[in-house]
Amino acid sequence: MTDRKDFLTREKFMQELWRYKKGSVTRRHFLGVTGLGLASSVLGSAVPGLRSAAYAQGSIGDRVVVASWPNYHDPANFDAFTAETGAAVDLNVFGSNEEMLAKQQAGGSGWDVFVPTNYTITTYVEQDLIEPIDLSKLPNYDAASFDARFADAGTVNGVVYAVPRNWGTTGFVVNTSMLGDLPKPSSWKEFWDMTRAEFSGRTMVHDYQLTTIGNALKYFGYSFNSIDPAELAEAEKLLLDAKPHLFAINSDYQPSMRSTDAWMSIAWTGDGIQLHRDMPEIDYVLGKEGGELWSDFFAIPKGAPHREAAYALLNYLLNPEVNAKEVAFHGYPVADARVNAILPPEMLNDPIMYPAAELLSPLEFGAAVTLTDPNRAELMARFKSA
Amino acid sequence: MQRQDLRTWLLLVPAGAWFLCMLILPLIVVFVFAFGERGAAGGYVPAFTFENFANLGARWTAFKNTLILAPLGTLACLLIAYPLAYFLALRASARWRTLLLILVIVPFWTSILIRSYAWIYLLGGQGIPSLLNALGFGNPRLINTPFAVLIGIVYGYLPLMVFPIYVALERLDKRLLEASSDLGSPPWRSFLQVTLPLSMPGVATGSMLVFILLMGEFLIPAMLGGGKVFFIGNALVDLFLQSRNWPFGAAVAVALVVVMLVTVAAYLRFTRRWAGGRDDVSLM
Repeated sequence: MTDRKDFLTREKFMQELWRYKKGSVTRRHFLGVTGLGLASSVLGSAVPGLRSAAYAQGSIGDRVVVASWPNYHDPANFDAFTAETGAAVDLNVFGSNEEMLAKQQAGGSGWDVFVPTNYTITTYVEQDLIEPIDLSKLPNYDAASFDARFADAGTVNGVVYAVPRNWGTTGFVVNTSMLGDLPKPSSWKEFWDMTRAEFSGRTMVHDYQLTTIGNALKYFGYSFNSIDPAELAEAEKLLLDAKPHLFAINSDYQPSMRSTDAWMSIAWTGDGIQLHRDMPEIDYVLGKEGGELWSDFFAIPKGAPHREAAYALLNYLLNPEVNAKEVAFHGYPVADARVNAILPPEMLNDPIMYPAAELLSPLEFGAAVTLTDPNRAELMARFKSA
Repeated sequence: MQRQDLRTWLLLVPAGAWFLCMLILPLIVVFVFAFGERGAAGGYVPAFTFENFANLGARWTAFKNTLILAPLGTLACLLIAYPLAYFLALRASARWRTLLLILVIVPFWTSILIRSYAWIYLLGGQGIPSLLNALGFGNPRLINTPFAVLIGIVYGYLPLMVFPIYVALERLDKRLLEASSDLGSPPWRSFLQVTLPLSMPGVATGSMLVFILLMGEFLIPAMLGGGKVFFIGNALVDLFLQSRNWPFGAAVAVALVVVMLVTVAAYLRFTRRWAGGRDDVSLM
């Protein structure tokens, strides 16, 4: 028993710091486990001199509140932004677009920037929850250099409501060292069958109706976006059948994949890149039946309390140099040709980041109706509470 | 006399206004919403339908999990807290007592969120299971099981049980124990007939406190249950923050309130009978 399992030894602290830098854990997690969160918030509020004064005259405020996704931002870039402007970035991480929408429908989210996915933007416009983007405040945004396929969803009725962040795919990650004699899965059919057999207790699915229901629909070869009650009923049956075999229902699957508690999980491109980068035995697979192709956007909610800081942050992150650093960190491709021009060729040739055309062609963009369809919403809620 | 009445009423105004605004009015809103319909993009649309209540069966598992794990968690807390409180109140020396009491509170200085996060790692495959494995006890799955949730509950709620029992035991008149002993009662009998009955108010308070909070718990099952051990609180969070079905969420909330009222009323009745018995004992 010399191997003590103290929660925070020096080694553990360094390990946590390293994981945080890799982005496999959130800042909240890191500050939490190390106790630095409390320490720094006490220090930060007690010693105003610790804040940068560079933007003191710029008066964009002292903070900008961001709602985004796990493992999606390089903390170093946020720190650089804070050093330059004096506005600290308060990052809130979400697991689904539904959760983001619900927070705003309830009112008083307090966010300045949020990162909706393509299929949600028309709903935000209809619900009057999103502000048109004042492009004059984003000199770093160059519409012409963006691939229209991944940028169009930000414009509704001719008005720009959101500017592109990244695009990517939804496939699954699998720890190939746990396969034994099994062949590497290449389809959603194998994903769900293995979950209920050899990988029982080791698979994770997102806490997100779009991808979890969508990829259950793919098992039967239906559209990822189906709202047909009969097809949804089949998907529900599969999900309920698989539930006892799941390790967890959680959109933040990197920690469990890294600790090898989980061996397989529905996953997004960048998490596939980050996991594969650190643990080459973890591979990212696009189901050959198809699945999701998506693009994320930066948007500003109605009544954002720090609007100027929001524009400053967006403009900062749209700078191709900064954006390239973001990509190098999180591994999600961008639609901005200016960024691709300065990315290292090995990233542009990475098969996870830029899958082969025949794998991309069966993928579907999420459809707006899936966000509001009551049956999909209730199916997911029933699956979770089953 | 009249002035005193007025003063009493004035003093009650803050609490009354608080209960009105923070409890009665929201409850009315929840009750009204429960008969409404979900809006096209989620939220609430006024209507009058019983459909939400008819659908309650779809959350039966969540109710069942809560109604099993909340009493079980309360009982586990009680069984662990009682000896601890007994030791603190009757056995520990005055010098140690303060220090030990502080140690019981210390965990509250850190957010339960962070402490639950710690448990994710302790109960995860690289934590306690790997230790057990090294010691030859197999490699049990702990995280994302009802057992993990129970551990989290006991860990999180123990102090809430310790303190009411401690206070009850600490106020215990030690002369009663001497008297019991002088009359020939062995220690175990003194405990059963004097100490235990006199500490029942503390036990009742602690159990009530823990049980009521557990019925609404959602954080611990969400973090240590991996979305697989679902409490009714999780179902509520889901209905309001994911599927945005406020009317159904309101109906589930109303059902929860009703279940709580029934259980708490039954519990009060039960403990009052206990208290009645105790009064007789102390009169002797």
